[in-house]
Amino acid sequence: MTGVTEHTQPNVIEMTGVHKRYLLKHALQGIDLRIKQGTIVGLLGPNGSGKSTLLKMLAGLIYPSSGLIRVNGREPDVRNKAHIAYLPEIDHLYNWMTVKETLSFIASFYRDWEADKAAQMLDAMNLDPKQKVRNLSKGMRARLKLIAALARNVPLVLLDEPFSGIDPSSRSAIIRLIIREFRTDEQTIVLSTHSVKDSEPMLDDVIFLRDGRVHIHDTAENLRMEYGCSLENLWEKVYA
Amino acid sequence: MQLNFDSPKPIYQQMVDEVKKALARGELSPGDKIPSHKERAQMSQVNPNTVQRAYQEMEREGLTETLRGQGTFIRNDPALLQNIRTEMAQAAIRQFIEEMRELGIAPDETERLLRGQLYKEEG
Repeated sequence: MTGVTEHTQPNVIEMTGVHKRYLLKHALQGIDLRIKQGTIVGLLGPNGSGKSTLLKMLAGLIYPSSGLIRVNGREPDVRNKAHIAYLPEIDHLYNWMTVKETLSFIASFYRDWEADKAAQMLDAMNLDPKQKVRNLSKGMRARLKLIAALARNVPLVLLDEPFSGIDPSSRSAIIRLIIREFRTDEQTIVLSTHSVKDSEPMLDDVIFLRDGRVHIHDTAENLRMEYGCSLENLWEKVYA
Repeated sequence: MQLNFDSPKPIYQQMVDEVKKALARGELSPGDKIPSHKERAQMSQVNPNTVQRAYQEMEREGLTETLRGQGTFIRNDPALLQNIRTEMAQAAIRQFIEEMRELGIAPDETERLLRGQLYKEEG
């Protein structure tokens, strides 16, 4: 049975005693985490709970103040970035480029870029390649950002709030695309979100962060059984 | 397909039950091709590993068979429909009995109430 593979899959992410201290804030306060290959993991938590910090750290963009991080057995840094696709929460697109130019520009940075796939995704997401980024709606920009992350053939995809503040139809299109492009056995997707209700059906595992610590980490299925409710309702209990 | 994430029943099990119900209702027939688990995951926006687990379960229960290069089919077995109907009827009865037990109603009274209700509906 191939379903068992998810249990025997290696850890793609290992964090041990990870802290991040900023001048005025202790953003991560001792994170211990193992994430298995081949899963879609939801990183949940209110603003300021450390979600973005954690994702940036996995992407190798910031370094821990103390503790150990391994992504595919290696410390995340600029070189390791070649194996990680990261969708930042901020809007990193240039307004003066067209959709097509944006993708060619991003493609030029990565050897694992799959142009055919990017073109297919543009089509599926109803994005016009000739459209200027400046003229895209918020939802359409979010779709374009997602394509930029998913057109890469990498073992780890990190998505920071991929559907925050966008319309329901874009949200639904984005979820469909993530599911379609997810390479079940060899890839891992970690995404942070506030939209528990929308993302719940797509998640294998869930991490609830609270004040820079892992409050709960389990499979979505186990949590629903243990607490007798959906993740959405569990969220209310955890953060009430 | 209606999946209930507040139900104690695992999502993959709910997906298997949906296929059984569709068969019992005649919306699916033995021999019908069903979407691949990848397609099903996209359509229902459900985690691909969960859908894969549902498909494995259906295959294990003899509900479906996968033909190499052709896809997944409802097993073309005349007894299949009858088995599913019987199985689902028994599950419904077990649940009914369980609820009666929780209400503290004894088996003979349950039987009398059930008969009365059945008789009333027929008459």
